[in-house]
Amino acid sequence: MFLSRPLFRIVPDNTQIAFMRGRVLGIAFSALLSVLSLGLAFYPGLEKGIDFRGGIIMEIRTQGPADLGALRGAMGGLDLGDVGLQQFGDDSTVLLRLPVQGQEGEEGATQAAVNAVRGALEQAAPGARILRTEAVGNRVSAELFANSLIALGMSMLAMLVYIWFRFEWQFAVGAIVTLVLETTKVVGFLAITRIEFSLTTVAAVLTIIGFSINDKVVVYDRMRENLRKYKTMPLRQLIDKSINETLNRTVGTSMTLLLSALPLALFGGDALSGFAWTMVFGIIASTSSSIFIAAPILLFLGENRLRRGTEAPAPAAPPGAAPRR
Amino acid sequence: MLYFARWKVAAILGVILLGVLLSLPNVVPRSAIPSWLPARQISLGLDLRGGSYLLLEVDLNAVVRERLESLADGARTRLRQANIGYLNLQAQPAANSLTLRVRDPAQTQAALAALRELANPVPVGGGATAPDVELASQPDGTITATLSEAALRARAGGAVEQSIEIVRRRIDETGVAEALIARQGQSRILVQLPGVEDPNRIKELLGRTARMTFRLLDENANLQAAVPPPGVEFLEGEQPGTRYPVRRRIEVDGANLSDARAGQDSRNGEWVVNFTFDSVGTRRFADITRQNVGRPFAIVLDNKVITAPVIREPITGGRGQISGNFNAAGANDLAVLLRAGALPAPLTVVEERTVGPELGADAIRAGLLSLAVGAAFVIGYMGFAYGLFGWFANLALVVNILLLVAALSLLGATLTLPGIAGIVLTLGTAVDANILINERIREEVKAGRPPISALEAGFTKASGTIMDSNLTNLIAMACLYVLGSGPVRGFAVTVAIGTIASMWSATVLVRLMVSAWYRSRRPKTLPV
Repeated sequence: MFLSRPLFRIVPDNTQIAFMRGRVLGIAFSALLSVLSLGLAFYPGLEKGIDFRGGIIMEIRTQGPADLGALRGAMGGLDLGDVGLQQFGDDSTVLLRLPVQGQEGEEGATQAAVNAVRGALEQAAPGARILRTEAVGNRVSAELFANSLIALGMSMLAMLVYIWFRFEWQFAVGAIVTLVLETTKVVGFLAITRIEFSLTTVAAVLTIIGFSINDKVVVYDRMRENLRKYKTMPLRQLIDKSINETLNRTVGTSMTLLLSALPLALFGGDALSGFAWTMVFGIIASTSSSIFIAAPILLFLGENRLRRGTEAPAPAAPPGAAPRR
Repeated sequence: MLYFARWKVAAILGVILLGVLLSLPNVVPRSAIPSWLPARQISLGLDLRGGSYLLLEVDLNAVVRERLESLADGARTRLRQANIGYLNLQAQPAANSLTLRVRDPAQTQAALAALRELANPVPVGGGATAPDVELASQPDGTITATLSEAALRARAGGAVEQSIEIVRRRIDETGVAEALIARQGQSRILVQLPGVEDPNRIKELLGRTARMTFRLLDENANLQAAVPPPGVEFLEGEQPGTRYPVRRRIEVDGANLSDARAGQDSRNGEWVVNFTFDSVGTRRFADITRQNVGRPFAIVLDNKVITAPVIREPITGGRGQISGNFNAAGANDLAVLLRAGALPAPLTVVEERTVGPELGADAIRAGLLSLAVGAAFVIGYMGFAYGLFGWFANLALVVNILLLVAALSLLGATLTLPGIAGIVLTLGTAVDANILINERIREEVKAGRPPISALEAGFTKASGTIMDSNLTNLIAMACLYVLGSGPVRGFAVTVAIGTIASMWSATVLVRLMVSAWYRSRRPKTLPV
């Protein structure tokens, strides 16, 4: 049966790429990208979704292609503040945004605005239907935003503690530094693509964090094993060996995850596409950082500490320096 | 590692069978399922089936303000009865307190004693109670009555609980099926209304406090005066421009109503609300009307006078009628509100999300399409890249999804659009364990081990890594769940369950398949 044997292999056996040689370049490049991303987060800044910004959005489907100009004209006269209109998905669907209406706690302002839009719509585009209405108040959006930042911070802290607990502290620091570099790049990605920063995007970032650490754990696990197995191998060579040994797995897992995220991005509809593209970018970023960043950082932190005397065999492993299990 | 006791094989097959049985209610009609099975199924979230989600906030400041006002009223009465003169009686909502100054500082102790009787007991934990008001006095006769921390907490908690009850009753009256009403956090109430496309009417119903009171009017008051006489307030009427001098004292409260129905007056065909008092209300209303024949009284709803008729004769039957220029819908709504009872505090809608059924159906279609394409991609990749063991992993993947559906059904979980995304992503992460195992087996084979020990070593050595790496996913999802808001929580739950299920199906189940295959074929080499 031809299917019983593997048909292909992404990374050939005995691959020996000297990743460590490019470590300075890799980390510098990554850091540069992250700094640029942070810059992008301030200018032009993130496109905050309604979850975090508050206000009203309405998804409207018109009969036939929507005439944005006419709609804009009709909404402009309503005195509802800054009205945003954009095509959403196909050309008969329009997304309308309004700022928060009225003072906080003032009842009925939102409903009045929705009704006003409904009336204007009836005039400008007869037969149009409102598919979705979302209204989030200022206080709730501020809370959601704060909670999201807390969840992101909490997850990073939890990962730090977990890896610290399971490995040496150098591993934990390496993983967290990588994680920060990655997350900032995702922020840059959001800023460039103008994907809305919303609760679902945060969900994507958290999923990426989980996946990314998962990836790092596998590489670290192998390094720990090799540290025990090859007591005299220089750390630099040992890290390269570990990365190469786990390379096919790292790429393979990223591949399957990518293969499941890509259909979501392509066919998942407008509601999921932001989430899914963020995932796709995050998967690629975290896979490359597992290879080029996470392990090389260890070399800076652990050259002399992870194992005393890498070149010359140590007389006896000092307590605490031997890998814990 | 590759040996399975008979009972273990049976247990594994049992788990799969259980998964099938628990997933069944989602695809076959309920009547076709034997009654001993829990016929729970996954319910669709509002974003998939259409409906309205409202987050309401209870105005707790109003609760405090109201308690302070009643304290002020009580203080006035008590001090007058005790013949204690006072100045500057003021409620200070910002400080949760009430201040006044006794004219003659010598009477301070007497005033404190009188005020102490106004306190209500509140539970402070451990079955003990404490007065809800803390009193303090100064030598110049200034007295401060502050609501205690425990009192504020108890009052807020009580107000939210009571609001939930009232909200539930009001929504039940509208006939919305399967509405979900739950407390969220300190002062919020979450309302989910499946199938409701326009929540306008429900928001209007929930936006009214509907506190109805029956009070007497002060016929001697001068409506033109800048400040109403003590114990009286000027309230607007339903008709614009009308004002009534209404006594603050509440004779009968709307809480004493036992029923209210909209109806038409037989004489002029106007829409009215007919109400019936309960026994307490009946007695009080009879007393009031007997003592005040010929005087006007007011029916006040949310600080507006609906009607102020003159009492012609004592009303002892406990029945009455409110007429006030209603149309059919208005009379009906008022009847609903009166039946359901008054809210202890005003509610405001702080978040609202409404999705039409059309969009939900689109989302389901898109979700299923991505699931199908994703499954095809992952299964194809695993099969082609890893051969026989890859196909084993694919079989386990199908079982994994089955178990995920079974677990979600058993929990009665709600499937949201992000939840579907979670299922699709589970496809990608679930096979990770198999990739780890396969790579391990391959390395062991290359290291020169014979097939059986390579298999053993592969499964054993990979298991630690699998544990470690999956735990990180679970940690991330726990953080997401805590952040939690509706749909995103659905995602966290789905991915977490999928991860746990995959740890089982990808290791135990695949190991069973490999073991069965090995024992029937006894291969000389492994297809890795």
